[in-house]
Amino acid sequence: MNATVIDLRASSVRALNRILQGREEKPQSAYEVRNPSGAHAVAVGLEHEISVDVRGHVGYYCAGMNQTATIRVHGNAGTGVAENMMSGEVRVTGDASQSAGATGHGGLLVIEGDASARCGISMKGIDIVVGGRVGHLSAFMAQAGSLVVCGDAGSHLGDSLYEANLYVGGSVASLGADCEEKAMEAADRETLDALLDRARMNVSSRAFRKFGSARSLYHFHVDKAGEY
Amino acid sequence: MCGIVGLYLKNPQWHSQLGRLFGPMLEEMSARGPDSAGFAFYHDEAPGIEKVTVYDADTCRDWQALAGEASRALSTPVTATKVSTHALLRAESPPGTLRGWLERTHPDTRITSSGHTIEIFKEVGLPHDVLAEFGARERTGTHAIGHTRMATESAVTTEGAHPFNTGADLCLVHNGSLSNHHRLRRRLAKSAGLVFQTDNDSEVAAGYLTWRLNEGATIEEALEAALVDLDGFYTFAVGTADGFSVLRDPIACKPAVLAETDDWVAMASEFRALATLPGVDAATVWEPEPATVYSWRGA
Repeated sequence: MNATVIDLRASSVRALNRILQGREEKPQSAYEVRNPSGAHAVAVGLEHEISVDVRGHVGYYCAGMNQTATIRVHGNAGTGVAENMMSGEVRVTGDASQSAGATGHGGLLVIEGDASARCGISMKGIDIVVGGRVGHLSAFMAQAGSLVVCGDAGSHLGDSLYEANLYVGGSVASLGADCEEKAMEAADRETLDALLDRARMNVSSRAFRKFGSARSLYHFHVDKAGEY
Repeated sequence: MCGIVGLYLKNPQWHSQLGRLFGPMLEEMSARGPDSAGFAFYHDEAPGIEKVTVYDADTCRDWQALAGEASRALSTPVTATKVSTHALLRAESPPGTLRGWLERTHPDTRITSSGHTIEIFKEVGLPHDVLAEFGARERTGTHAIGHTRMATESAVTTEGAHPFNTGADLCLVHNGSLSNHHRLRRRLAKSAGLVFQTDNDSEVAAGYLTWRLNEGATIEEALEAALVDLDGFYTFAVGTADGFSVLRDPIACKPAVLAETDDWVAMASEFRALATLPGVDAATVWEPEPATVYSWRGA
């Protein structure tokens, strides 16, 4: 597959995104973006089934609002990678900064390295697979979808969680309010194995534990005021 | 929002290039802080030298006269080099001598830095213009710390620009805001006799570190203690005579990226500020952990 090369030393991010979004004409099937040099908002708002390889580190909100496109960042990603993603797949070969996959509605986000604080904050259906660790307050107020952490999870995992499923292979520093360990059922194992397989993580699901909502904070209760 | 950058050169071969490498880092952070900019360069010129940078909005200020007066009073050679609104005074005196004399005899003179290796220049305006104004790109040395400011807690003035220097060779730049700086300021002024030049919250953080260092702590110990005593949001980059440190608060809302090669260690609010450094493609790049002290010393 011959990818069309766009070099951000010669092109602005806005011009790049107009091409990838197909604003003027139908986009090609594959693109390679060179020299992102930490630029913000690279490859955001894509709505076509195209493939984008970004070679280097990106700044904030890379692949935000993605729909159907497959975006690979060959490097690290800054704050809010794949935020509010609807569908498609985003892969970061390095580490991701905070709020990775924030508010995502669908699709798959794979971070091969570590993700820092607030990974999957307010996730609404996205699936996130992290090869390494996640920082504190990950899956804060998560509503739907799955967060898979192959390494360790930081403090206050799943604080004020609604209905997302959290699977952690390593240790958990602490659970947030209303997050509890759940029994790993056969169906969970299937879901987890399928996600690890889709993410191409060569990791056994055996050691993983499942966490979810205790559902006691759904409605205000004066006896629990201290936990809100 | 503010932008902060730091560059610490491990390989002496790069010392002559410090300003050339540092300038683009600071300028890249313009969007995070377009109202003022400042930087500290650490340059160990010769043993026994005390350096004091001073500031006066009046660009006609006769710094040579001040140097002459200091020289006669202290019975030691004192020179003045005018750099835009600032001047760099050099004296052959033990640390604190020239600064102490200035504070006693010229209390209205604004001191932006003092120490053996530090030189701070800061001004209101776009980072590009402030860099040019003080010839930053031509400067040499071992390490540099810089700040682009978007003011939140106090007025947009030269005095309110970062870095803040509160004790010999120490400087601090801050992205964030402190919530207990009033109480801490009173405590430091009362119990440790610290004198603050501005109403700025970040100056209190610098003063706090100075107090801890004066009490005998290492910079690492002082920063560990800051995690307990400072309340608020912060990413700090701190310079000392021969070192460079980074600290983020436990919540870690304020961004930071570190990168390291065999030749240098660099820190910035965002990776794009590091993208022009030589060898950055092969550098180890990571986000500093919350509530964790990172420190390099001994260049």
